[in-house]
Amino acid sequence: AMDTDLSSQDRKDLDKFIKFFALKTVQVIVQARLGEKICTRSSSSPTGSDWFNLAIKDIPEVTHEAKKALAGQLPAVGRSMCVEISLKTSEGDSMELEIWCLEMNEKCDKEIKVSYTVYNRLSLLLKSLLAITRVTPAYRLSRKQGHEYVILYRIYFGEVQLSGLGEGFQTVRVGTVGTPVGTITLSCAYRINLAFMSTRQFERTPPIMGIIIDHFVDRPYPSSSPMHPCNYRAGEDNGAVYPSVEDSQEVCTTSFSTSPPSQCVFTVTKAHFQTPPPVVTDTLKVPVMGLAFSHQLSSSRLSYQPAALGVGSADVGYPVLFAGGLNAAHPHQLIGAGKEGGVPPVPSQPAHGTQADQDRMCTPLDGVHYSAATPSSSEDTETVSNSSEGKCGSPHDLLETIFIRKVGAFVNKPINQVTMANLDIPFAMFAPKNVELEDNDPMVNPPESPETESPLQGSLHSEGSSGSSTGNTHDDFVMIDFKPAFSKDDILPMDLGTFYREFQNPPQLSSLSIDIGAQSMAEDLDSLPEKLAVHEKNVKEFDAFVETLQ
Amino acid sequence: SRCCAPSSAAPAMNCRAEVLEVSVEGRQVEEAMLAVLHTILLHRSTGKFHYKKEGTYSIGTVGTQDVDCDFIDFAYVRVSSEELDRALRKAVGEFKDALRGSGSDGMGQISLEFYQKKKSRWPFSDECIPWELWTIKVNVVNLANEQERQICREKVGEKLCEKIINIVEVMNRHEYLPKMPTQSEVDNVFDTSLKDVQPYLYKISYQITDSLGTSVTTTMRRLIKDTLAL
Repeated sequence: AMDTDLSSQDRKDLDKFIKFFALKTVQVIVQARLGEKICTRSSSSPTGSDWFNLAIKDIPEVTHEAKKALAGQLPAVGRSMCVEISLKTSEGDSMELEIWCLEMNEKCDKEIKVSYTVYNRLSLLLKSLLAITRVTPAYRLSRKQGHEYVILYRIYFGEVQLSGLGEGFQTVRVGTVGTPVGTITLSCAYRINLAFMSTRQFERTPPIMGIIIDHFVDRPYPSSSPMHPCNYRAGEDNGAVYPSVEDSQEVCTTSFSTSPPSQCVFTVTKAHFQTPPPVVTDTLKVPVMGLAFSHQLSSSRLSYQPAALGVGSADVGYPVLFAGGLNAAHPHQLIGAGKEGGVPPVPSQPAHGTQADQDRMCTPLDGVHYSAATPSSSEDTETVSNSSEGKCGSPHDLLETIFIRKVGAFVNKPINQVTMANLDIPFAMFAPKNVELEDNDPMVNPPESPETESPLQGSLHSEGSSGSSTGNTHDDFVMIDFKPAFSKDDILPMDLGTFYREFQNPPQLSSLSIDIGAQSMAEDLDSLPEKLAVHEKNVKEFDAFVETLQ
Repeated sequence: SRCCAPSSAAPAMNCRAEVLEVSVEGRQVEEAMLAVLHTILLHRSTGKFHYKKEGTYSIGTVGTQDVDCDFIDFAYVRVSSEELDRALRKAVGEFKDALRGSGSDGMGQISLEFYQKKKSRWPFSDECIPWELWTIKVNVVNLANEQERQICREKVGEKLCEKIINIVEVMNRHEYLPKMPTQSEVDNVFDTSLKDVQPYLYKISYQITDSLGTSVTTTMRRLIKDTLAL
């Protein structure tokens, strides 16, 4: 009976608003727990794809999880959408921190205009959510995650369960919006019993070699609870894996009318909106998940199978996406191009855990995967948000870009690596070295130095205990039991010793290679007459220039 | 609809007024003020309106970004608009300087007023009718040592969290907001001078309490591009 007052168009609109409001709510919450600062741009021209006139990016994986939880339903009385935020330590202990609840109660506001007032109030509520997500205790914890704990999220639909929050939890109300079919309420219940988890416990460990390394000992967490790490990069590059992309392409074009009574011309069209490529930024902070990523690469099950790794392979589960996302989002972590003079290579062997553990982590379909989010430098703008845009051009573009910019780091390698990246295989640079390609390239194999891959490639493929299926290792001699006094190898296998091993045999600088030197000298001499001719032509300009100097 | 009494000198009778109080160390004043003002303006800004024929309009998109405080254990979200940020920083900077100035015992308040313009016929000038007034009372404390400062960082951070929650509570009441204007009226309701976002018309002013306890009023009027007032 209560629905008869609402026109069917209004009802449809309202349902759509509520659905997308729920999805955006989840995005805001999860993004606020990634551990990084969020930044989106204002745009004066409506793009038609920004729901509620707010620039909130959609992390595909998160949308996917939310839709899975909702299963086509909408929040209703007794059926609430909950986002549970929890913390999991490196020892495997976990603790619920917050439950965000999107609920519907029976109090209806029949008079309210759906397409106008409800819409605008939902927009206001999202803004409140943006503000409130930064003031609960879990925010500060999530900004410091990565070393000893990660923040996970779980979405469920149905009855709210607050028992995991411990005694004395507090509630904060974000806001309410009345609609003709009920009142939407958004609130957060959060644990206050964090005494033993004071943030002091999670200070960063001192950086090694000038670079802050975020590492996380991987422990698969119990597969019973479908938790997900808040770090979104898992899904960002592989929009194809999530068929839900269709829905998120529904654009919301709202026009409002000022002629009384205020009406809204509201059209929803399915459109293929372009997501701009992510901004490549110069962040220094090294690895998101350098550790786990290398596990996957060095584990033979996932390595170098272009089909498995390629975009569009629907069978590939989270770990690979996650690797893919990493690659694109922070390619420089993989090539080790850091500003602080040398970056420890990604480790070649699993830190801990048995092979069985590794299996679980790599199993695609149990829905379990995780990564540690890295707090990034405070100058970052538009890193997180932009780089989470669906498919964003090919990761290769980014790889190439990065290589060119960072050419100083590995003087010998850039061209080859760019070439490799041009191959239409993700992570081509880490693929088994194509010997033909490299043999002919004097920059890769200057005669004097041993045939070797780049230090980074070498480290990824080097022995360790991973039984890598890749090509050559570079060890001329193997350093056994090098335990530098101050490295800890229980938490951080990627330690000084490994670094030392990997970088023992750097390839020659090309400019020091005699062949190169000779070649370019010859070329230079040949081109001299031409150059002189050109300069002759411009002699007047030169003279004028000299005049100005006098 | 609610009418505000036509006076720009003092809060009108039906103008909603909210007061927040904070005690901060001198170097925290700016960040604390910006956090509060930006949070309010986040809720009181929309995307740019684009009017089309037949009285319909579409709304641009508002971006947001996280801001970390340097002197307070606190972070907040603001609208992504450099112009707006600059305007607020300018006002807050002046307030901070005034607080530090001689004759001040470290107490003052900064006010953010949202108003509508009501056009009057010549020879009367337009009226500014406030509909919401936020007052932030500030008490500057002096701390003796580093340990106290560290505690202050955390405490002020917690206090600001409470303020944000208070602000959100007020916003959620969905009380009076100016009606959405027609194209000809939009400048009477919104500040349309910014290129990327559109806050409701607002002005910021502040008062410093000098050591004698009297109020020294310094009003800083915000310049509006097409202002017709006064």
